[in-house]
Amino acid sequence: MSKRTLELEVTRTPELGTDFRPAQGLMAPTLLPEPDLDSENMLINIGPQHPATHGVLRLLLELEGETVVRCVPHIGYLHSSFEKLGEYRDWNQVIPLTDRMDYLAPLIYNCAYAMAVEKMMGIEVTERCKVTRVICMELDRVFSHLLWLGTWAIDVGAFTPFLYAFQEREKVYTLHEAFTGARITTSATRIGGMMADLPEGWTEGVRTFCHGVIKTLDEIEFLLSTNGIHLGRTQGVGVISAEDAVNYGFSGPNLRASGVPYDVRKDRPYYDYETYDFDVPIGEHGDCYDRYMVRVEEIRQSVRILHQALDRLPDGPMNVDDPRIILPSKTDLMSDMESMIHHFKLVMEGVKAPPGESYMAVEGSKGELGMYVVSDGGSKPVRWRVRPPSFVNLSVIPKLVEGGLLADVIMVNASLDIVLGEIDR
Amino acid sequence: MALIPVAREALASRPPHPSIEALKGAFGDAILHWEWVAGDEPVVFVVPGKIRAILQWLKESPEQAYNFLSDVTAVDYGGERPLQVVYQLFSIPNRQHLRVKAELPLDGLSIDSVVPLWQAANWLEREVWDLFGIRFEGHPDLRRILMPENYAEGHPLRKDFPLRGRFSRAEQTRRALAQAPEDHYVPGEVRPGREPQLVPWQELG
Repeated sequence: MSKRTLELEVTRTPELGTDFRPAQGLMAPTLLPEPDLDSENMLINIGPQHPATHGVLRLLLELEGETVVRCVPHIGYLHSSFEKLGEYRDWNQVIPLTDRMDYLAPLIYNCAYAMAVEKMMGIEVTERCKVTRVICMELDRVFSHLLWLGTWAIDVGAFTPFLYAFQEREKVYTLHEAFTGARITTSATRIGGMMADLPEGWTEGVRTFCHGVIKTLDEIEFLLSTNGIHLGRTQGVGVISAEDAVNYGFSGPNLRASGVPYDVRKDRPYYDYETYDFDVPIGEHGDCYDRYMVRVEEIRQSVRILHQALDRLPDGPMNVDDPRIILPSKTDLMSDMESMIHHFKLVMEGVKAPPGESYMAVEGSKGELGMYVVSDGGSKPVRWRVRPPSFVNLSVIPKLVEGGLLADVIMVNASLDIVLGEIDR
Repeated sequence: MALIPVAREALASRPPHPSIEALKGAFGDAILHWEWVAGDEPVVFVVPGKIRAILQWLKESPEQAYNFLSDVTAVDYGGERPLQVVYQLFSIPNRQHLRVKAELPLDGLSIDSVVPLWQAANWLEREVWDLFGIRFEGHPDLRRILMPENYAEGHPLRKDFPLRGRFSRAEQTRRALAQAPEDHYVPGEVRPGREPQLVPWQELG
């Protein structure tokens, strides 16, 4: 990329000699050596407190003119040691930690964790629970992509799409609250089921949201997709080839924008995703614009999945019928001695998982979200590891921005869709 | 009962994973043992000294083609047992998943880096070094990543590390207040490849 530095024509004044050195005099001591300004690169910090870093990310940039010659990301400002905390909690108590990681798509994290533990324990959840979790995960994919779309538009200099996107997000917050009682920290899943059954009228609410979000998306696309400023800022910026994208561990929409059709929902299907009819959007240039297009299309595909899942949502129990995993109902607890014992043991000791381990990968909104759980037979995890998609995606940023312009750093960072809560954990 | 329908006998009688059979043929004794876990997840234990050769073969041999490194992490079971380094591999062309483990004794926490094979391993190995204290030989920039560079209490995800840290709360506060902002803004910071901080926490206390 060419260096675009602004060169000013310096007016020669009679006081300066022909070699630009000041003439001999009191004000200009010649004993000091002249600083060699040309060879010194400038260091700047973007963040940790900067609106365009989407959290507490610090990018240390070495600039030559306006060109970035080196970028060193610094993370860890939000480190809360969730994985260590998880080792001191029983299997169900870990769930509130999971949604605090990615607070932009909390239900995906809740579901992924519960799925990993259930796979390790060999629990098959009920059909209604499966479909409900698919609805939850796709709803939060839309939820997370909408936030990304709004902040992306702000970073490119457009304010209106942000307001449109956040208006739609507010409806998902309401749906979260109706189902789980919380807007962000949902903690909706339990080992072997969900915290509660769906409230009355919730599925109709999701259906209404699905119709509304497509209209809003059309409006946002009308503002951005063919906008000259948007195209100029994003096309050909932050390009990564398909081979490099795989080698650098890109996943999710970022990887697919480079033309690699790897989607966990298609390639390692879980919860009958192979029976849903949806497409995986693929980019071809691997630049910021393709990442934008892939995410916008993913919202539409998620809405397609949501409609199908709502159609097939069966009646029946939400939780597995196993008193060693699921708490008995309050009526049973008060009237049945055996239920009371189960309740006591579950509350005091927690769910017991047999020795084993499992790595469960799901397609999160940011990429491949892996939950790796290891048990030694106790009621607490020996190890609970989250494979954080944004963490690996962010590690690519030096490759994407080095050699580019300073202004493009903001666009590249926005296009990666990172969430620092999950990167720092 | 819904719990544990996958009986141990059923797992043991399941035919071995094709990649593991091929690995045994190619590397022989370097492949220690393998098992199925959680129904359909293959795990293979290998000799730590051969890890880079084995992963390179898995990545580059055309019929294996494990081209995507999902994750690098470690597991500490506690009680002086060896630490496990865990590599989660995925083959995008073959849609196959394989988990490779290498066990390191506590007095020899060092293994070859796989950054020459996958750039994805760069930050993942830095995180394992930071939180478990496993050295990755040949890593281009092995610094702490989540904890601050001058963190002196050790490696937090080890089982012998107490939840609230090794230092008292007063000492932690004193250290936090004594930090110089210049430590975090020196130009030398942009020079990658400098020696990671290897001072054991006991000497700094």
